[in-house]
Amino acid sequence: MVSKRIIPCLDVKDGKVVKGTNFVNLIDAGDAVELAERYSKEGADELVFLDITASAEKRKTLLYLVEKVAKAIRIPFTVGGGISELQDIESLLKAGADKVSLNSSIVRNPSLITEASRRFGSQAIVAAIDTKRNISGVNKVFVKGGREETELEGLSWCQRAAELGAGEILLTSMDKDGTKDGYDVEFLKKVTSGVSIPVIASGGAGKKEDFLDAFKTAGVDACLAASLFHFSILDIKELKQYLRENNIKVRL
Amino acid sequence: MIALIDYDAGNTASVANALGTLGQEFLLTNKEADICRADKIIFPGVGEASFAIKQLHRYNLINLLRIVKKPLLGICLGMQLLSEFSSEGNIACLGVVPGRVEKFDSSKVNVPHMGWNEVFQKKESRLFKDIKDGEFFYFANSYYLPVNEYTTATANHGIDFTAALEKDNFYGIQFHPEKSGDAGLKLLNNFLEL
Repeated sequence: MVSKRIIPCLDVKDGKVVKGTNFVNLIDAGDAVELAERYSKEGADELVFLDITASAEKRKTLLYLVEKVAKAIRIPFTVGGGISELQDIESLLKAGADKVSLNSSIVRNPSLITEASRRFGSQAIVAAIDTKRNISGVNKVFVKGGREETELEGLSWCQRAAELGAGEILLTSMDKDGTKDGYDVEFLKKVTSGVSIPVIASGGAGKKEDFLDAFKTAGVDACLAASLFHFSILDIKELKQYLRENNIKVRL
Repeated sequence: MIALIDYDAGNTASVANALGTLGQEFLLTNKEADICRADKIIFPGVGEASFAIKQLHRYNLINLLRIVKKPLLGICLGMQLLSEFSSEGNIACLGVVPGRVEKFDSSKVNVPHMGWNEVFQKKESRLFKDIKDGEFFYFANSYYLPVNEYTTATANHGIDFTAALEKDNFYGIQFHPEKSGDAGLKLLNNFLEL
């Protein structure tokens, strides 16, 4: 069986890694290539880069960064942020990215998922979905970095994205993001039961037990975290050893 | 000289980077003449099978790839295309090895098969020299080639499938050595040293 994955996420702004709480309060957390190399050595299974200031002018900076990262590491990585056209996807994959994550653009134009997965294979297309629970307990989908609420409900949008050809779902709980009080296991479990593509949990990891809970209780395929790793609060090797002791299959 | 085949259906950048890490010179090419005079041929592939076959037709490489005599390494989709047929786009493939490529059963397992999985060596193969049995390699595939007489290693995703194969000068691996850390580099190096 395929092993469960630990994925450090690097939010990138102008080639630097930043991380905030609840999508604001950005703190500089170091050089992206250096961090990528460090994580690769420490046993990360994959990396995700999210360009949070994607604009036409910055696009070249991102491609340059992707080329540098691809030369530096020998594990897969995903790039996301402001990707809206097949041409953007092709440029990023050619620069050395293994997958791209699409967020606002697929809400605007769901057929992009199908076009992109036909052209590049569904394994290269990650649907990144940000949700926030409203007062009636419904997980609503947000776009534009969490700034804009949509009409979409989280689970049905995940299922639609899978049907359209997405190869993975990167599910971020905006309620949990930056809080360090655990993943949104309840909603993640609904999604893993409702789709048959891999699901990556994101938002809320604060300690080893949170990862175990997401794997064991919610049945996710991968867990993503950022600040825990950037600020060395949690060591990836130790985390994986802990997971293995608790009968989760990981690559060590 | 190593020919890395570029037919617009493979993420050649990562394979090129891995060869760079190994300090190995290579030629990125889709020309018959280059491939004919190469000592080793690397045939990567990412994406959809029928699109890839169409690209091979476009560059007039179908027949050549069937009859090359130098060691050829098919990676991921490149390995699947060595088989007889792919149900991805229902397309006839190169027919170098027997078997039909099938889709994993999404009622039983998640599809795509994505991540690091253990590769179990079933037959002696120089590709796996000094690589431990059960080593983890990185996979990203929705389709698989069933185990056949040329299978040298298997992995399991609901079903045992071909992770590596070998027939005469043709080698194939379903996983991505260029994305599989040190073990992947070791395997690539083993191919280059054949």
